[in-house]
Order: sequence, then structure tokens, then C-alpha cells
Amino acid sequence: MTEAIGTEPTSTIRLTVNDTLHALEVPDRKLLSDVLRQDLGLTGTHVGCEHGVCGSCTVQLDGEPVRSCLMFAVTAQGHEVKTVEGVGNDPENPSDVQQAFIDCHGLQCGFCTPGFVTTIDAYIDENPKPTEEEAREAVSGNLCRCTGYQNIVAAVQRAAELRAEGARQ
Amino acid sequence: MKPSPLRIHRPTTIDETLDLLSEHAASGKVLAGGQSLVPVLNMRLAAPSDLIDITAVSGLDELSVAGAEGRAEITVGATVTHRQVERSEEVAVANPILGEALSFVAHPAIRNRGTTVGSIAHADPNGEIPMILALTGGRVEVRSTRGQRTLSAEELNIGPLETSLESDELITRATFPALPAGSRAGFDELARRSGDYGLAGVGMILDVEGATVKGLHCGFISVTDVPEVLNLGEAVSGAHLRDASEVADTVVDAVRDFIDPGGDIHATADYRRHLTGVITSRLFRRLCRTDSAQGRNTDSRMTGTDTERRRV
Repeated sequence: MTEAIGTEPTSTIRLTVNDTLHALEVPDRKLLSDVLRQDLGLTGTHVGCEHGVCGSCTVQLDGEPVRSCLMFAVTAQGHEVKTVEGVGNDPENPSDVQQAFIDCHGLQCGFCTPGFVTTIDAYIDENPKPTEEEAREAVSGNLCRCTGYQNIVAAVQRAAELRAEGARQ
Repeated sequence: MKPSPLRIHRPTTIDETLDLLSEHAASGKVLAGGQSLVPVLNMRLAAPSDLIDITAVSGLDELSVAGAEGRAEITVGATVTHRQVERSEEVAVANPILGEALSFVAHPAIRNRGTTVGSIAHADPNGEIPMILALTGGRVEVRSTRGQRTLSAEELNIGPLETSLESDELITRATFPALPAGSRAGFDELARRSGDYGLAGVGMILDVEGATVKGLHCGFISVTDVPEVLNLGEAVSGAHLRDASEVADTVVDAVRDFIDPGGDIHATADYRRHLTGVITSRLFRRLCRTDSAQGRNTDSRMTGTDTERRRV
């Protein structure tokens, strides 16, 4: 399974991202966040603090939010990875969470936004009708340095409304 | 790439894992959820040559509550995530303080990957889980190619971030006893921001018979080097629940004398000592309330919104 290029241990891996299976050769030490961005060109996943605090790199692993900077790509084999591109990648047809961010002006510079979107996308399935306090708690693991939290909290509740409407239709 | 070069092994059986650990004892590390280990690697505070990823190993994913009523035990395998433990109704019934403390471990995105046994192995005195293991009288099972042994929390924790594990040993599971009937338990901590390590934190188990206090055990985070348990049974035994206000001062004084906080850029030692007393007082009074404090906590954990609890 492993083969050395120089002194660097590498592995050939099969990685499912946004429902597409990729075969890649990557250094064992390469983080999932870097493989998504550099090897697969999925630059929606942002890299901020790279030690798990900021939440910008959040992706879904088997439907649950996780930090892609705290995982080696090698260890993501056998799991379904969903990035922000998998949540919605069409400006003409945004996902419910993305539409909620537009409706509520939930982004300023936008750097942290993909991490919020992947987090909220999973959260509103778990809690389809969050109160403001719950919405605030739900995004407390993601940092926004523009301090746009007020509108982001509103976007969580708006996204839940949009999803409920979508489910009814 | 932030970590230094390393090789990742992905064994699928415990025997294979133990062989790899034995082979790479000098410079190998076990990787489970990685939520404490990978930051250390990303910052290059550690540079192991080999990581042994145990997440695909069969037989390490047990999460169960078993045993006779009053003597039940929760078993948590090495690859069980915090979230799985936190979401288990059975665990919440058997040992509510475990789930309560877990809700303070970072954020859901971290708890989705981080493992409960991994926290114990990491032995961070700022961590909630090593303290809960000590406070509830739990133990860990440890295996290596040389055999198997069982360690109490006291035997395991020998210093900050330091355990008595040998480098070729793997904690295969942790066992948390259910709380005895009649006991009330609670956990609280204060952090500067939601999900940060607590500046101070307290876990408490109060034994009650009727309306009379029979015993009290306290554990602490961030203010002792290892998860030590303070037994205040003598100080409180015989007190009536409605006298909580008078007894609380005695408890707070004993706790402030017992702990040994250090100061750092986040808080001075005096401030941590002060906070520990404040949390102790509030927690003790809450547990002494005659309307069941336990029920309230269970409800709030299930909705995941106990914000009042966070604002100490």
C-alpha cells in the first residue's frame, strides 16, 4: 500500500468527496484540508488556524461536521467527505443554507463562510427549529473575525425555515 | 504540510496493532480521533516517525452499559467518539455527569472525531474526561504484546500530560461505574470562550439519603496537576439538604485549600482559585436543591442548549 518517494512515506488512497471517488497518491502526513485544496482543487474548504480552533476548514465526514485540518487524508478512506462545494456549487441555485446567508447578510469577508455553511447544513438536520440561543451555540465552534455573528445566527434560523419549506414542497 | 514526515499504519486487528506498537515503541504514536494529537503534530511539538491509526481496528468500538442495577458499568472502547457517548441515552441514565462533562469538550465538530479514551490517554489536566474517570472511580484496560493490565485513574495519571503507560501499550477501553442510587452529580466549568479549555472546572458527586447528605466527592480541572479526588464526606455528612447554604461555605473553603492552581497568560493562580470556589458553591447548592437538579440537566443536555449552565 505504501511506497516511498525519496524519504517521504506516501500512500495510494481512494477518497470519496462529494460523491466522486478519487484515486490519489499522497504523502501520509498530508492533511485532508490540503488534499482537498491542492490535489482536488476544492478550494472552498478554507485553511485558517490549522489546529482545530477556527472552524474554517470544516467539512462533513459521513454527514457530521469535522475539522479537515485535524485529519490525515489517508485516514479519510472509507468515509464520505462532503465539502462546501458538495453542499451547493451553483451561484444560480444556492443551497438553503447558502440562500439563508444571502437573505440575512450572513457574510462579510466570506473567509469563514464555508465552515459555517458545512456546520449549519448538518446542524439543521439535527435541530430543525433552533431557537436563537441554540443557533448561537451551534456556530460557537466557528470563528468570524468580521464579527458578523448577529447575521450568521439569523442565517441559521432562516436556513432551518428554508429547509422546512423545501421539505414541505 | 504542517506535520513532519511520518508513516501511517492502518491495522485492522488488535494483535496487528500491538505488534506495530511494539515494533515502533521508540517513535510511534497511537492515532484515534487525533483531535489533541494532530494539533501537536501541526505545531511540530512532536514528530513521531510512525502513527498507528486504530480507527479501523475491529473490537474497539464497544459502547455499552451492563451489569446489575446499582452496579452497572459503562464500557467505552478506544475508538468510540465523544459524540457517541454524549448521545447515548443509556449512558445518560447510568452516569449523567459523563455526558454533562462531554458537552464542555470543545465543539461538536471536535467531538465528532475525538475519542473519550483518547482524552484519557492524553491525560491533560485541563481535560474534562480524565477527571470524570477519577471522580467516578473508573479504570482502563491496557494491552501490549507482553500482556494485559487494568489501571485505576490514580494509577494511570502520574503528571500533567503524563501517564504510567509504556510506549508499546494501548488502552483498549475505559470503564465508568454507574453512579450509585441516591447520588446526585454535576459538572460545571468556566472558560473565556465557548469550547475553550476551562480556566477552572468542578465535578461533584453528592450522596443523599432521604433529605440528608451522606457524602461528597469533588474533582477538578485546570487547577490540579493530575485528576485528584477530594473526599469531603466528613465535612458534610449528616447535613440536611435545606441547609446547603451554610454547608456550602465549608465545602468552598476545603476546596480552595485543596487545589493547587498555576498561573498563566489566561488567568492567575489566585483567580483560578477564586473561580473554583465560585463554581463549587453554585454546583453544591444546585445539587442540594430539593426539586431534582438532575432532571433539569438531563433535559437541557438533550436539547443541547444549556446556555445558562455555561454562564457561571
